[in-house]
Amino acid sequence: MTSSGSLPAKILIVDDEPPIRRFLRTSLAAQGYDIVEAASAQDALGQLGRNRVDVLVLDLGLPDMDGLEVLKHIRESGSNVPVIVLTSRTNEPEKVKALDLGADDYVTKPFGIDELLARLRAALRHRLQQQGERPIFKSGDLAVDLVRRTVTVRGEDVKLTPREYDLLRLLVAHAGKVLTHKFILREVWGAETDVQYLRIYIRTLRQKIEPTPEAPQYILTEQGVGYRLKSVD
Amino acid sequence: MTEERQDRESRPSPEALLKQASQEAQGRGRLKIFLGAAPGVGKTYEMLSQARQRRLDGVDAVIGVVETHGRIETDLLTKGFETVPKKRILYKGQVLAEMDLDAILQRRPRVVLVDELAHTNAPGSRHPKRYMDVEELLAAGLDVYSTLNVQHIESLNDVVAKITHVHVRETVPDSILDRADEVELVDLTPEDLIKRLMEGKVYMPAQAEQAIRNYFVPGNLTALRELALRQTAQRVDEQMVDFMRAHAIAGPWEASERVLVCVNEHPCSTSLIRYARRLADRLHASWGAIHIETTRSHRLSERERNRIAEALRLAQQLGAQAVTIPAADAADGIVEYAQTNNYTHIVIARSDRSRWSELVRGSVTHRLIRRAGGISVHVIAPEQVSQTGETAAPVAARARLTAAPQARDYVESLIVVLIALVVGVLLQQILGIGSIALVFLTAVLVIAIAHGLRPALMASVASALAYNFFFLPPLYTFTIADPENVVTLFFFTLTAVVTSNLTARVRAQALVARGRAKMTEDLYQFSRKLAGVVTLDDLLWATVYQIAAMLKVRVVLLLPEGETIAVRAGYPPEDSLDDADLAAAKWVWQTGREAGRASDTLPGVKRLFLPMRTARGSVGVVGLDSDRSGPLLNPDQRRLYDALADQAALAIERIDLAQDVDRARIAAETEKLRSAMLTSVSHDLRTPLASILGSATSLKTYRSTLDEAEQTQLIDTIQEEAERLNRFISSLLDMTRLEAGAIQPKSELIDLGDVVGSALRRAGTLLAGHKVKIELQPELPMVALDPVLFEQVLFNLLDNAAKYAPLGTTISLTAEQTNQSIAIRVMDEGDGIPEADLERIFDKFYRARAGDRQRAGTGLGLAICRGFVEAMGGTISAANRQDRKGAVFTIRLPMPAHSQTVREQAA
Repeated sequence: MTSSGSLPAKILIVDDEPPIRRFLRTSLAAQGYDIVEAASAQDALGQLGRNRVDVLVLDLGLPDMDGLEVLKHIRESGSNVPVIVLTSRTNEPEKVKALDLGADDYVTKPFGIDELLARLRAALRHRLQQQGERPIFKSGDLAVDLVRRTVTVRGEDVKLTPREYDLLRLLVAHAGKVLTHKFILREVWGAETDVQYLRIYIRTLRQKIEPTPEAPQYILTEQGVGYRLKSVD
Repeated sequence: MTEERQDRESRPSPEALLKQASQEAQGRGRLKIFLGAAPGVGKTYEMLSQARQRRLDGVDAVIGVVETHGRIETDLLTKGFETVPKKRILYKGQVLAEMDLDAILQRRPRVVLVDELAHTNAPGSRHPKRYMDVEELLAAGLDVYSTLNVQHIESLNDVVAKITHVHVRETVPDSILDRADEVELVDLTPEDLIKRLMEGKVYMPAQAEQAIRNYFVPGNLTALRELALRQTAQRVDEQMVDFMRAHAIAGPWEASERVLVCVNEHPCSTSLIRYARRLADRLHASWGAIHIETTRSHRLSERERNRIAEALRLAQQLGAQAVTIPAADAADGIVEYAQTNNYTHIVIARSDRSRWSELVRGSVTHRLIRRAGGISVHVIAPEQVSQTGETAAPVAARARLTAAPQARDYVESLIVVLIALVVGVLLQQILGIGSIALVFLTAVLVIAIAHGLRPALMASVASALAYNFFFLPPLYTFTIADPENVVTLFFFTLTAVVTSNLTARVRAQALVARGRAKMTEDLYQFSRKLAGVVTLDDLLWATVYQIAAMLKVRVVLLLPEGETIAVRAGYPPEDSLDDADLAAAKWVWQTGREAGRASDTLPGVKRLFLPMRTARGSVGVVGLDSDRSGPLLNPDQRRLYDALADQAALAIERIDLAQDVDRARIAAETEKLRSAMLTSVSHDLRTPLASILGSATSLKTYRSTLDEAEQTQLIDTIQEEAERLNRFISSLLDMTRLEAGAIQPKSELIDLGDVVGSALRRAGTLLAGHKVKIELQPELPMVALDPVLFEQVLFNLLDNAAKYAPLGTTISLTAEQTNQSIAIRVMDEGDGIPEADLERIFDKFYRARAGDRQRAGTGLGLAICRGFVEAMGGTISAANRQDRKGAVFTIRLPMPAHSQTVREQAA
């Protein structure tokens, strides 16, 4: 997928492992992306300064600087380039930390190429949405009209409470992207309340929009991190 | 002041709460005592009836020991109870049956019935007294029902003896009665008791008549009954006060009275203590016993000192706080202690010294009364304590602790008097005879200082005689003509004697002070020595040596070892104890109380075992013995021992704590390494997997959009990363094998060039970006090693070099023969190794410390190299190159015994 303009999306791959860079370069180039590489944090920051980069794929284990530090640098310098974090660390607090520091998403090694491509597309789309929000979101049988504030499942209107709607709207606005508990609570509740509230609202929301709330298709749980609304590709 | 006091007393008193807590907590069993005035009132019957009721309620109650004395009704009651069989003890050819303490402890019933609390156990039992057995049962959490006659209560012992004229030797300390949770009085009127006696319900008919005539007379029984009733009533009173204090109920109890009893070496001290106890009970007061140590104390005989110790121990048993305090004057010492500790009553024995002696030496009692101020002083007549058969020790028998003057002292004293005489004769030419008396006085003074009282007294007499003989007219006779001179001589003698006395007393005090100073100095030196000791063994050795040297005893020291305790040091050196001693030591360790020789527990054991304690608990056990007979330690020595043991215990604890801290630090470091290792392993496994999975999924889904070259690249990635993963897993397996000790290297004579070649071939792709230089010394001998392991070692070293040296640089591999070994070196042109890490670089997961911020690599390669090389009998070391930047790894292999060069073998 490429952006609406004529230029292909430019992806900066930051990883110190040559084999990883090699297969990413090969696979992503074949999908029509423009690839730039960096083997170290210094290198990556330099590339960012020189090039227009649409998405950054960042490995957290770098020889010269911690990946989280790099992320912090990027966000502190005012750049809002989408960042997808690659990590072999499975501990969830680390992922939450990366997301809190401004990462847009994460992929845990090892991963299938589809998973990464889906995240890349979501990140790029999100970037476009920020520039002009799409008024109607559709995913499977679910449709959300952000202008008329209506939600339909298989064409039928669904009644949502104002807070449930706010929650769904937030997920729609970041469709395809993982949102941390903390972020959702702050955006919807305005303050950091108990995660328990969020779980309850997610449950009632699922009961209203999901065909089988026990095996959700739209609102997906990222255990220990947050929630993600599945987006159509 | 009044308000303050009120406030203090309406608050729950800490002691009362503590007492309650110690009874409730700790899972201690409850003690119920059935108290009777005399045998035959039905204590055992009552105990059995109540226990039976408990049994019916489903409580597990068994009989530990019950004496029915053939009484039929009682006998019937024991039916239906489980009885723990008695233990047979062989003593002097007789078989004695005693309650089997261990069997009961093992059986662990809820309630155990133990008749006759005051019973004395057969020699060879664990405790000499049954009440001690009961204490142990209670401590083990078992409830105990027991019976007791009032005449067996320690503090009532002599009162009962006075009433009945029968002295009972088996006594139970009042403290056990105090600690009993319930005391039930089993009461029977004297008439009924005598009736029961007549009917033969108490004693067998033959015994009965004799008993009635001697003991069971109505007068006796009434008095005993009153005692028993009073004892119980008083207890109820105490319990009520305890309860009210614990619940902070403002009650009618009087302002707290405190009774202090003064103990000296006089045999009447024990009855004095019993009196004080009764007084304290009547006043509901706490009480204490004090012994004042003056210069006189050091002149007491061993026996007298033991008597003091005995009296203080009795006081402690009866619940007093016993102290020994040094003071210049007994009366001052007592008053000062009483005032600072808020005692309101002082009990002291009336001196039985003659009026003359009191006039000369003063009376402690009189001085005490004069200085006591607001404290009541009870002066008690010393009773003739004939029943104990002891009389005051004759003065002549007193052994003097300060060295007794010897013949030499007297001779020297005479010489001094002689010198005084000569000086006198010379001075007489110039001065009058009045001044000459002063010369003799000076001599007496000198003698008193140098040799003590007796030589000085002798010198006084000798001086008086010489003065008379040589200077008072008529000269050279002992007769005195002038009456004035008689007066002079009288006052001279008087002055000499008084000065001797005073000076000698000062000298004695100085000696005592010197003794104390020496002891203090020794203790100080010991504590300094302990402070400097680092290892536990040195500490233990210093401790046993010091105790042995200062107390003149043999010492063993035991410390806990796993579940049990074992000898860790001894002076003279001792490795093991016999079973009886070990059992006693274990008991001391478990209970924290003393046992063994001359103590209350296991007195038959050779040694006396004492616990070493700190505020945090027991740290060990010390065993003492000596060839001396009698008590092992007198009170002085015991205090000295306590001081030594306390210091040693603290030092042992200090070393233990230091070890704990070390262990904790090592554990924390291990934990840190473990987590770093996990991160590293997960990184090293996932990185190749990510490449493989990513490439494979890419090929599967987007094959059509990939051109030929791209497809090949992805396939190559899959292959190379799979190989890398394989190497990593092999390394993990090698490491596991090494750690499990499963590596058994073969020993074959190998041509080095061959192994180097195969290792290079295997490392081919890894070394693609580097230049490789091989320099093998020609005509190297064959080397004995395992080719597979050695190839792995070389491979790992080459892999390591390729990883850390920049692309395009040279990696060299050399081999040369030195004296008795072959050195193989792998050198690179990288950045080298930081000096500090040269040794640690071979540690497993050393590089893992950097977590996953490192280039993929196992972190095991060098550790495996070392493991393999050492398994083959060689060594490996890391260094930085001298000629240029870079690291060099050197393997040294020993030359085989009959080495041959390749060429020789080929020939």
